[in-house]
Amino acid sequence: MDIQLKRGLLDVCVLAAIKNEDSYGYQIIKDMKPYVEISESTLYPILRRLEKAEMLTVRSAEHNGRLRKYYHIEEAGLKRIEDFKEEWKEIMSIYSFVTREEHSNE
Amino acid sequence: MNKSEFLAALREKLNGVPEEDINKSLDFYEEMIDDRVEDGMSEEEAVEALGSMEEIIAQILSEVSLPKLVKEKVKPKQSLKAWEIVLIVLGAPIWVPLVFSICSVVLSAYLTVWIMIISLYATDLAIALSGLALTTMAFVSLVQGNFAIFGMMFGCGLVLMGISILLFFGFNQVMKGILWLSKKILIGIKGLFIKK
Repeated sequence: MDIQLKRGLLDVCVLAAIKNEDSYGYQIIKDMKPYVEISESTLYPILRRLEKAEMLTVRSAEHNGRLRKYYHIEEAGLKRIEDFKEEWKEIMSIYSFVTREEHSNE
Repeated sequence: MNKSEFLAALREKLNGVPEEDINKSLDFYEEMIDDRVEDGMSEEEAVEALGSMEEIIAQILSEVSLPKLVKEKVKPKQSLKAWEIVLIVLGAPIWVPLVFSICSVVLSAYLTVWIMIISLYATDLAIALSGLALTTMAFVSLVQGNFAIFGMMFGCGLVLMGISILLFFGFNQVMKGILWLSKKILIGIKGLFIKK
């Protein structure tokens, strides 16, 4: 897949992973695994980027005697997901147009 | 490699990156290892699962801006003494032009990349336009009754337009290559600042 496209998609995936409840790094990777493989080294810059863009905030909470970072989605992050859904509708209608052309050629 | 060996090695390799960024990334990877261990892996397996050290470093560098790295490199380790400040002021005629020329070199390298890309497409556009012009001009000969010249000009025009279409797709690939290469070079330059 196109690298730029995939990068943008992964941003949305990470946001979706923390949409319903706050989550932490390893949990995000595990939640995404059935759908898309993502490595730690890929996840790290995405989280930093989303934090800088104020789409999520980070808080540290104690877990088993150590600190774990939990990521919480912000207004801008929720909006990004909604925007993505809107964009996707357009892409899907383009997709159906493209495949319709293919079918009529057969 | 166990956890503490991995974290020490990573810190060593990131020497030159601002302290804040190092700590953030080390915290992140430490948490990752701890969570995997809690999930039933051994420390060694957890470190293994993180992937290659080079990839980890490249990804960390991709989020640290180049000016930040340069600043970290030139930041004095302790506060300046009076005579050092005097030297810096007196040395201004030497280092100001040097800094200026380094900035110019970086700027021109950046411009070169984009100008290369622009010139490729300009070439393509020129070929396409001359093809178009030739095919149009051919009709002048047609009106004058020179069928041979009409045929040659019209044919050449079509060939040129065809070439320009093919080149367009070739240049797209070349542009992708150039952008990919310049990204690699940027990570390479950033890498220079974290070597001792």
